Amino acid sequence: MFPDAWEFSIARWINDFTNWLLTTFSAFFDALSGIILSLLLNIHSGLETIPWWIYILAIALTAFFTTKKIGLTIVLSILPVIVGLFGLWDLAIETIAIVLTAVVIAIIIGIPLGVIMAEFKRMEGLGRPILDAMQTMPSFVYLIPTMMLFGLGKVPAVLATVIYAVPPVIRLTNLGLRQVSQEVQEAALAYGATRFQLLKEVRIPLAMPSILAGVNQTTMMALAMVVIASMIGGGGLGYEVLVSINRIDVGRGFEAGISVVILAIVIDRLTQGFAKRFEPPSN
Amino acid sequence: MTKAIEVKDLWKVYGPRKENVPLDQPEKLSKMEEKREAVVAVRDVSFSVDSGEVFVVMGLSGSGKSTLIRCLMRLVEPTAGSINMNGEDVSSLSNQELTQFRRNAAAMVFQHYGLLPHRTVLENVSFGLNLKKVPRREREERARELLSTVGLEGWDNYYPANLSGGMQQRVGIARALASDPPILLMDEPFSGLDPLIRREMQEEMVDLHQKTNKTIFFVTHDLDEGMRLGDRMAVMRGGSFVQVGTPEEILDDPADEYVARFVQDKKEMFQEAEKENKGKQDRKGLTEDVS
Repeated sequence: MFPDAWEFSIARWINDFTNWLLTTFSAFFDALSGIILSLLLNIHSGLETIPWWIYILAIALTAFFTTKKIGLTIVLSILPVIVGLFGLWDLAIETIAIVLTAVVIAIIIGIPLGVIMAEFKRMEGLGRPILDAMQTMPSFVYLIPTMMLFGLGKVPAVLATVIYAVPPVIRLTNLGLRQVSQEVQEAALAYGATRFQLLKEVRIPLAMPSILAGVNQTTMMALAMVVIASMIGGGGLGYEVLVSINRIDVGRGFEAGISVVILAIVIDRLTQGFAKRFEPPSN
Repeated sequence: MTKAIEVKDLWKVYGPRKENVPLDQPEKLSKMEEKREAVVAVRDVSFSVDSGEVFVVMGLSGSGKSTLIRCLMRLVEPTAGSINMNGEDVSSLSNQELTQFRRNAAAMVFQHYGLLPHRTVLENVSFGLNLKKVPRREREERARELLSTVGLEGWDNYYPANLSGGMQQRVGIARALASDPPILLMDEPFSGLDPLIRREMQEEMVDLHQKTNKTIFFVTHDLDEGMRLGDRMAVMRGGSFVQVGTPEEILDDPADEYVARFVQDKKEMFQEAEKENKGKQDRKGLTEDVS
């Protein structure tokens, strides 16, 4: 047995610290919460007003023009219909709203951080272990601090999703910028590109496929988080899964689970096809 | 005649920090080299190039020629020495001045072209002008003009990947000419090309030089190429210039055994050609000479 006398708990300090944060910065947290909530609600109501068949049409058109494969286009347009047939369409839209909000925030935070890491070696040294920690941390852990600061509801669900999903876009932005051919960068410098011009005209455009792969992975991770985020009030398909687990209703859980998978497949294929369009032409 | 490029006591040592390189203590430096603590890429090189001259630096891979040409543009930061190009003290320019210098005073052509794969041919040629914020219409007009100079009219909207190596290098040359710099730096521009195309490009470069009369600093590993293009050439080995002179001087009077060995084949070819001109009688003697 570990000696009892050595027992030492930091739980109390952490609780005190959170309380202090909450009381001192309540205005800030309220404002942040308000911004995120209004973003989420706008996206949600926007998505809701679009009739279902427009989604199918949009998916079919994007799939066809990005991949030029008829078989894939048909599969991708039929899959969402299955979600509708299960009676889960509205919940799926709610889930997409949360994912989309989280991804938008993740991109706004992630791409600049990736650029900073690629530009400054020190920042990469600092950022790497943090990103590693973020990705190895069990996702449930993210629920705790967001819940403490924002309580229950959609906003903490979105924020937990952002924290969980942001590492890939940071990493792949950094990686993509670093992998741009040295020779091309040297040529740009030789013609008098400033550091900013090098970034804007050469590095970011050439890193675009990698950055978009990061956005794609971030989206996938955000989708994976929706079930967990439903535990603190995320709603949507995740809540359906949660309810089924509680009631041991395997069939209902399966329908919701399949719907999440369908969303993942469709979004993944569409964003991958989109990313391909940004690759520089080759032989 | 005015000097376009003047380089004095230029050193580039990789490894230790700039201030820790013992340039004034040769023994200490050679010990560091032995222990692989320092790699000397350019060793105390001095030369000058007249305005309008074609100056060739010839050396095998690892001789430091690529580092030298990069030092001139400060793409590689020299360890010591002074570089004066086009009347500007390149080695002491601030970052902003250096940017201006690169935009206006000299342009570089690269061995692997260094074109932007995501930009069209036209955008690549006008890249330097774009960086200088020249208005779109003006820079595109200039770029089209140069594309026709290098024989690529109508290829405006293709991407580099659609072009053959020779054509890509033509784009590279057009890009270098775009801002009409007095000095061109060429880093083995034709090394990656097929022999026939290489020959063609060399001839075009001679024409171009006669038309524009730019100062050209040309780096190559090909003796033939160096002799054909250079008004003067320097043979580089282990970071130093072994010999500097006109191609004829180097051929007739090699400074040391290394240069002699280098030019030997070339010399024999010359002699052979000369003797062939004299007539058939001498040919017998030549075969005896060779054996």
